[in-house]
Amino acid sequence: MRGSRHVRGAAGALAMALAATGCGVIVGTSGGANGGAVLSSSWGDPQNPLEPANTNEVQGGKVLDMIFRGLKKYDPRTGRAQNWLARSIETEDSRNYTVRIKRGWTFSNGEKVTARSFVNAWNYGASLRNNQKNAYFFGYIDGYDRVHPDSGRQSAPALSGLKVVDDHTFTVRLNQKFSGFPDTLGYAAFAPLPRVFFTDHAAWVKKPVGNGPYTVESYTRGSQMYLRKWDGYPGTDKARNDGVTLMVYTDSNTAYTDLLAGNLDLVDDIPAAQLKNVEGDLGDRYINTPAGIIQTLAFPYYDKAWNRPGSAKVRTGLSMAINRRQITEMIFRGTRTPATDWTSPVLGVDGGFKAGLCGRACDYDPARAKQLIKEGGGIPGGQVKITYNADSGSHRQWVDAVCNSVNNALGNDRACVGNPVGTFADFRKQIGQHTMTGPFRAGWQMDYPLIQNFLQPLYYTGASSNDGKWSDREFDRLVDRANARTDTAEAVAGFQEAEKVVRDQMAAVPLWYQNGNAGYSDRLSHVALNPFSVPVYNEIKVG
Amino acid sequence: MGRYVLRRLLQMIPVFIGATLLIFLMVNVMGDPVAGLCGERACDPATAAALRREFGLDKPLWQQYLTYMAKVFTGDFGTAFNGQPVTELMATAFPVTVRLTVVAIVFEIVIGVTLGVVTGLKRGRPADTAVLLATLVVISVPTFVTGLMLQLLLGIKWHWIRPSVRYGTLDELIVPGLVLASVSLAYVTRLTRTSIAENKRSDYVRTAIAKGLPRHRVITRHLLRNSLIPVVTFIGTDIGALMGGAIVTERIFNIHGVGYQLYQGILRQNTQTVVGFVTVLVLVFLVANLLVDLLYAVLDPRIRYA
Repeated sequence: MRGSRHVRGAAGALAMALAATGCGVIVGTSGGANGGAVLSSSWGDPQNPLEPANTNEVQGGKVLDMIFRGLKKYDPRTGRAQNWLARSIETEDSRNYTVRIKRGWTFSNGEKVTARSFVNAWNYGASLRNNQKNAYFFGYIDGYDRVHPDSGRQSAPALSGLKVVDDHTFTVRLNQKFSGFPDTLGYAAFAPLPRVFFTDHAAWVKKPVGNGPYTVESYTRGSQMYLRKWDGYPGTDKARNDGVTLMVYTDSNTAYTDLLAGNLDLVDDIPAAQLKNVEGDLGDRYINTPAGIIQTLAFPYYDKAWNRPGSAKVRTGLSMAINRRQITEMIFRGTRTPATDWTSPVLGVDGGFKAGLCGRACDYDPARAKQLIKEGGGIPGGQVKITYNADSGSHRQWVDAVCNSVNNALGNDRACVGNPVGTFADFRKQIGQHTMTGPFRAGWQMDYPLIQNFLQPLYYTGASSNDGKWSDREFDRLVDRANARTDTAEAVAGFQEAEKVVRDQMAAVPLWYQNGNAGYSDRLSHVALNPFSVPVYNEIKVG
Repeated sequence: MGRYVLRRLLQMIPVFIGATLLIFLMVNVMGDPVAGLCGERACDPATAAALRREFGLDKPLWQQYLTYMAKVFTGDFGTAFNGQPVTELMATAFPVTVRLTVVAIVFEIVIGVTLGVVTGLKRGRPADTAVLLATLVVISVPTFVTGLMLQLLLGIKWHWIRPSVRYGTLDELIVPGLVLASVSLAYVTRLTRTSIAENKRSDYVRTAIAKGLPRHRVITRHLLRNSLIPVVTFIGTDIGALMGGAIVTERIFNIHGVGYQLYQGILRQNTQTVVGFVTVLVLVFLVANLLVDLLYAVLDPRIRYA
């Protein structure tokens, strides 16, 4: 029986394969089971290496928020920038700043935090050869154009505007007047870096070392990170738990399921599909608080059809044809609020948020909308195509709803259609190449809680995120003037003047302010989200 | 036999090159990956150019492909955008997915073939009808529904299992494996059943029974062995399909395997990750097919390869 021997051989091979794979069972690092007051939290794989000047999304931002403290820190509730490592940041002309650092701060490896820790970190972040995605943050500092030219090689090794005076003092010279500059310094990109970052970069990226209330205990890339409370942390915002385990989930629905099953303590991204159940599932363990994010519709001003004399009327008409209240309630279930200006409620009234600045132009008024669009010469090409990326979020639903609203207002079933683009990268590429032929989805998450950040990068002529190429001399002039003001209140008022130009021209249609939301298990208390929609981990109490 | 295997292995080379080229082209058609790296804003032009240079995206496509292939042959599958070598991603993703696939295949073989034999022998009886109906239900319900249902019932309502996989050990993968296998399992059952029912009436079975062989010997030695040929073909090709098609199951149960890496690679337009993983999947598929063809000869002595 030649054949049967073969069959047995095959069966044996299968058994061996089974045994081989069975033996290869990974023994997981038991981050979650460390005991003590350690909480577990959902996480996504950071898109970039965890360098401060290279992290521009919230998943990497979470970690940096725990392991770094900068010159300033944004108050988790009010969003106001407070001095943290900075003893003082002084200027007389809004252009030359002297930064003094508090003594007694160290990195978790024992190294002292000095003026050099900051200056070296900033030079690293600005330098073109390090490919840091947040390099433009250093764009206000003198010498940036030589360290990071738009094309060609960099012609200077370091920013000429940064000078170390002594161990705890350095000076910053800007290339323009910018009174809000000190308030930008709470952003992670401005964090200090220890020497080991430069001497053994590969090891640092595998296991980052910082000066925040937590230290990275273990990091399994793409899977989980265990952050332990740093007992030697010198700041006043010490961790009130023993540690945090960040666990990568393949899908936010799975994380939510794990929270319900009691296997996970904190989920900071409630999936859209669960929003209608979340209050029933979690009760008061569900948080829904404003975040510094505004969603708008931007227009392609490089397209003649959208940049005619009457276009402003057409854009205002479109704005008035959108029933924001209905859409935010029906689709977003209260996780967005209708926008009535171009900033965000997290700025607070003092910071420049002004509810109702948009006025009638943001009210739903179908009759007026129809009239304005007619006066403005009608919709270019007879149809509005709203371009969006269909791969994430619930963009499809709201774009369809906006179009529905516009169609109803104008009494024309073909006045507005959605134009989905397959992936986010392709969407961004089309925006970058200026091939849009109609309005497109534009979301803006603030970098720092300043009204300047909601206006200048988006609407100033040639600004980094002015994707629609809008340009208005009056707006530019008002922004320049506001930036030159040393008094904060005056500067804010100046920016609001500029914002009125945005309104009158309807440079972009404001849609809604986005909230951050999270849910947590009954083991936790004192859970809150900061204005960047990141959980304030150090304040969470376990048990 | 040896020459046959050699010939088949040589045939794999053009298939391999064609497949990787196609994937490479498709991923590139999707657009500029650097555009998606800077969030909702445009990367500043200098950084974008530097990143393109670093990932070799500034070169013409054919040159990118050639450099990529040259590197693949030295075992270097490139680097993902988060700075991690793709081989490192593979080393963590493939073992989990292989384990998941093995669990699924074992379910297919054990449950599928057993049910198939039972129903094939008892054609038309209530047991047969019941199983047929059950397979019909399983085939018509999409995998993500089965997965989410089981997760909700077993994980949250009854607390039998953890709803998510944490370390990817075999015991954690039983339910996900069952979900992954469910549809194929139904096909295996039906395939075995038809095959058995057909062969039951053939001459050699009647001869075997007439010889006075015990019933179990007739079934295992004669009936099953001949009936398994189409089933083996199906399971063999299914290995590749299961490994690549686990995207849905892996997302539902939080399994950090091949499907998850592919999904993320596609979302982030990470050419290196997608091409690397698909290349390995293509190889797995080719080898599985070869093994199936070789198994034919084992099961059916009439088939000879030269």
